[in-house]
Amino acid sequence: MSESLSDNDISQEECQEDDMTPADLIAKLEEAWLNEKFSPELLANQSEVVECVMEQLTHMEQNLQRVKKGDAKAGIHRMEIDRIRFVLCSYVRSRLQKIEKFFPHVLEKEKSRSKGEPSLLSPEEFAFAKEYAGNTEDHMKSVALSHMPPILQTLDMLKAVPAPCLDSFVFLRVKERQENILVEPETDDQREYVVDLEEGSQHLMRYRTIAPLISSGAAQLI
Amino acid sequence: MFCEKAADLIRELQRINDGQLPAFNEDGVRQVLQETEALYEHNQADVHETKSGRTADLLPTIRLRHCCLLRNRRCVAAYLYDRLLRIRALRWEYGSVLPANVRFHMSAEELQWFTRYKKSLASFMRSLGGGGGLDLTQDMKPPKSLYIQVRCVKDHGQLELDDGTLVLLKKNTQHFLPRWKCEHLIRQGVLEHVIS
Repeated sequence: MSESLSDNDISQEECQEDDMTPADLIAKLEEAWLNEKFSPELLANQSEVVECVMEQLTHMEQNLQRVKKGDAKAGIHRMEIDRIRFVLCSYVRSRLQKIEKFFPHVLEKEKSRSKGEPSLLSPEEFAFAKEYAGNTEDHMKSVALSHMPPILQTLDMLKAVPAPCLDSFVFLRVKERQENILVEPETDDQREYVVDLEEGSQHLMRYRTIAPLISSGAAQLI
Repeated sequence: MFCEKAADLIRELQRINDGQLPAFNEDGVRQVLQETEALYEHNQADVHETKSGRTADLLPTIRLRHCCLLRNRRCVAAYLYDRLLRIRALRWEYGSVLPANVRFHMSAEELQWFTRYKKSLASFMRSLGGGGGLDLTQDMKPPKSLYIQVRCVKDHGQLELDDGTLVLLKKNTQHFLPRWKCEHLIRQGVLEHVIS
């Protein structure tokens, strides 16, 4: 999809990741976007992809300025820029919405993560999450909680705000063959069983069962 | 019965379930807080009685009042939180400046929350990518076509397009304009997308 006006103009210095072509970069963005949209919980952040795509968009805009006005190609390239920017905005918005919706859980996960583990949130997202939590808690305190009896003044946000439902069902497409995935029983009559997931097959399963596959990239939510 | 006022607050929000923000029910919240305080004081007195060994009959009453305290707190917290969610949606719908009739329905603390939220959001959007940041409140829908037909609902003066041409946005005129120039004007209510 992505053939910009002049491939040579794409920044070589900062965004060269293993010879990723612009098409690969956009494909990676779309994959991250779909996963984030359909996943019930917040996924690992892909801020390098976001940054590279933004650089890409800037270059495409600059190229567009140099084109003769009224040239038919300009319209098509303009459309492409708009579409990529839409996907990018939708991806970041999706993450923000989940951060706001599950803010105590997201912050708790961040607090309890061990030193070696990568963070789910980018530094900017973490700052935003903390500000949002602080803002909301201050509001609750000043309007209601501080006027209540002492025993009621602390509200456990982790209990008060619902956690993401990891048991929701999601559609997925398998990218790498998986063997021996353990599926939990749905009713008391059933017993747990194992399935093999063939490459290219599509399934409807509980998110909890296949969450590790999404984070490793072995499957894609659709 | 206890907790009636708290349930009323919740019902008030349930009635208006299209995301609109009703006026802040300051009286209602105050009444719930007062009831909570009264219940607590009664409980304190009864706990004191029980501790002094005079009677153990008060335990069920104490428990009932405690449940009511927790229910009141839960209802008030839910009322305030739901309003915050609606206010948050307003930032994404209307932009950083809220219409006066909406502002009128917000309490002073809610206005403060809104101010802090939009500052936090703005600094996050600015920080995206290396350069000037990304305005996430644009591009809310996938782009369907490059140019769209719009009708001007209010006078807005002149609009400069990318190639330098000026368009006069006078009320009731129709124009064929690039979509990316119109999006925020459509959301503000200056232009209206005409779907023929």
